[in-house]
Amino acid sequence: MATGYFFSHRHILDIEHLSADDIDYIITTAESFKEISARPIKKVPTLRGNTIINLFFEPSTRTRLSFEIAAKRMSADTFNISASTSSATKGETLIDTARNISAMNPDIIILRHSFSGAPHMLSQYVDAAVINAGDGTHEHPSQGLLDMMTVREHKKKLHSLKIAIIGDILHSRVAHSDILGFLRMGSEVFVYGPGTLIPPGLEELGVTVCSSMKEAVQDADVVMTLRIQKERQNDPLLPSFREYASKYGVTAEVASWARPDALIMHPGPINRGVELMPDVADGTQSVILDQVTNGVAVRMALLYLVSGNS
Amino acid sequence: MPAPLLIKNGRIIDPANSFDDVRDLLIVDGRIADPATNIPSDVQEVDASGCWVIPGLIDMHVHLREPGEEYKEDILSGTKAAAAGGFTAVACMPNTKPVNDSRAVTSLILSQATHADARVYPVAAISKNSQGSALTEFGELRATGAVAVSDDGLPVRDSQLMRRALEYADDHDLLVISHSEEPSLSNGVMNEGIVSTRLGLKGIPNAAESIMVYRDIALAECLGKRIHIAHVSTAMSTDLIRSAKARGVRVTAETAPHYFTLTDEAVVGYNTNAKMNPPLRTEQDRQAIRQGLADGTFDAIATDHAPHSILEKEVEFDRAMNGIIGLETSLPLSLALVREGVLDENKLVELLSVNPARILGVEGGTLSAGARADVTIVNPDLQYTYTEEQVVSKSKNSPFLDVGATGRSSLQGRAVYTIMGGRITHRLA
Repeated sequence: MATGYFFSHRHILDIEHLSADDIDYIITTAESFKEISARPIKKVPTLRGNTIINLFFEPSTRTRLSFEIAAKRMSADTFNISASTSSATKGETLIDTARNISAMNPDIIILRHSFSGAPHMLSQYVDAAVINAGDGTHEHPSQGLLDMMTVREHKKKLHSLKIAIIGDILHSRVAHSDILGFLRMGSEVFVYGPGTLIPPGLEELGVTVCSSMKEAVQDADVVMTLRIQKERQNDPLLPSFREYASKYGVTAEVASWARPDALIMHPGPINRGVELMPDVADGTQSVILDQVTNGVAVRMALLYLVSGNS
Repeated sequence: MPAPLLIKNGRIIDPANSFDDVRDLLIVDGRIADPATNIPSDVQEVDASGCWVIPGLIDMHVHLREPGEEYKEDILSGTKAAAAGGFTAVACMPNTKPVNDSRAVTSLILSQATHADARVYPVAAISKNSQGSALTEFGELRATGAVAVSDDGLPVRDSQLMRRALEYADDHDLLVISHSEEPSLSNGVMNEGIVSTRLGLKGIPNAAESIMVYRDIALAECLGKRIHIAHVSTAMSTDLIRSAKARGVRVTAETAPHYFTLTDEAVVGYNTNAKMNPPLRTEQDRQAIRQGLADGTFDAIATDHAPHSILEKEVEFDRAMNGIIGLETSLPLSLALVREGVLDENKLVELLSVNPARILGVEGGTLSAGARADVTIVNPDLQYTYTEEQVVSKSKNSPFLDVGATGRSSLQGRAVYTIMGGRITHRLA
């Protein structure tokens, strides 16, 4: 890390605007917090008196829980607002909701929203720090960071690795954050999936778009699989899960093409037997539950850093 | 009748008469006077030294929002914005509430325009309620004052309906203006490409436009009818129109200042004032549009002036409505093409005045003696920053606000006087 480095981000809106030093620093901070979750009394007073709002306009189990656990282990006061209980159902605009919440002086707002760019917009209307917990098909920066943390934990580095990302690259905000993050850290990213699910312009980012599973996975250090959805808004993206599983599913055979010490990852929830076969998901190379564990640590680090404690 | 005006020492650019020289221009009784006319004693003098005196600008594609959405714009505010931008006439699209698909709505628009600061030429809908199933009554609409028909905002999906519209419009000497987009491909919110991938926004591929542009050209070509393609945004469409013109197809086309000025990079930061339909495209498309303006593929520059309030624009990008206001920035953005060597001054006047008048079949586009005195006086050198306080339109949805203040070069060139029928409708303070 460059000398004189300091963490300067008010909000965490995406990976795109984080430098390699920022990513390094966040992961290092997360690693220092990880041990708290292993203590018998899992609580430190770091964020005592801070008000943190989980504003979730989309269903989420693990991300919301992970942020809430992270906040509580730091002794912050947390409040959950989900779409069904919010004024959104009464027709209030996001900006009005934000201004009203802002008037109650929260320190941090964690936003999950189905529209890309919603956290970016929110950050312009509130005094609180905003953390993007997934926006539309844009980014999911805390997931990208926990994925990188997990890889660093096992590989002891984040550069010069071959990262294979398989599946729905077009709609996956996780894939977008991972692609930008791993590229930023100096690794190579290879993607493979059906043509209907590969967005345009990836090559311009420096991604290798593969024409076969073998090309993508061969000698990979990490094989990241993504949750698949059969259709979105009546757009015929895939003929069937059956065909997807046979052509694009990660089987034990596919996994064997990667390096023997390759990591198998998935951001969850998994469609077992579709994008990832159960034996691979539960196999020795799988670090899927490590990802979940590290998620809490990364989110503790993010809350700590945006609350001005860097 | 307004007092006679003597515009002194301006550079008169009048392509219709192949005239380009410094000369005085006299306006008497709302019309351009013969140069030999004696100067009346009550003449009001306007000093146009260092300025261009050109036929009044005509914007053949605007949305005035009246009736129905007067909180965004109305005919009086929209024509004030037009006058401020140097326009003496506009053609207004029919997607009002209710849709201008009837004599009643066309009459209402014309009656509201009686005291407006620009001439208003209504464009009526092609189909009833712009729903794309049954033709409107072209004959009655024409007789009431509509100059063209279009379902602008909603592409005509049904090719048979489009065919019938071209055939039937010809009987009534009405222009058909096509919003050419294939709806099944155009359900995104910005151009499809690296920027949409980075922002996680759903893209609209270039093919959405070119497929429909080609369908419309094919219909016009097979039927021998004329068609006008609105707001062209892509390189592919430009090529299709260029080659159709070379084959003698009766096709004319317009593009908008934002397509030759901005690219989809303007969307970065989820800027809803960079959201329009068709969307801002890539640099390659922008260059192709400029080439099309230079080589005559495009006949007109039209703004697609689309006022929206903050209710439609200060929202999540996906939920924001399409369109930007354009009447007040069209001239400076177009003048940049002259400074950058894409167009000469005469060609610019053709694109902004002569050709729109000819395509719409309306008076204007000339400074001939006896012509209606619709005149714009342009100071091509004046540099300024367009700020929210300056906006004349009721809505402020422009991506060109504060340019100059934000690092980009400021706007250069603007209308210092706009004169409609001899009456001064705008004078730069």
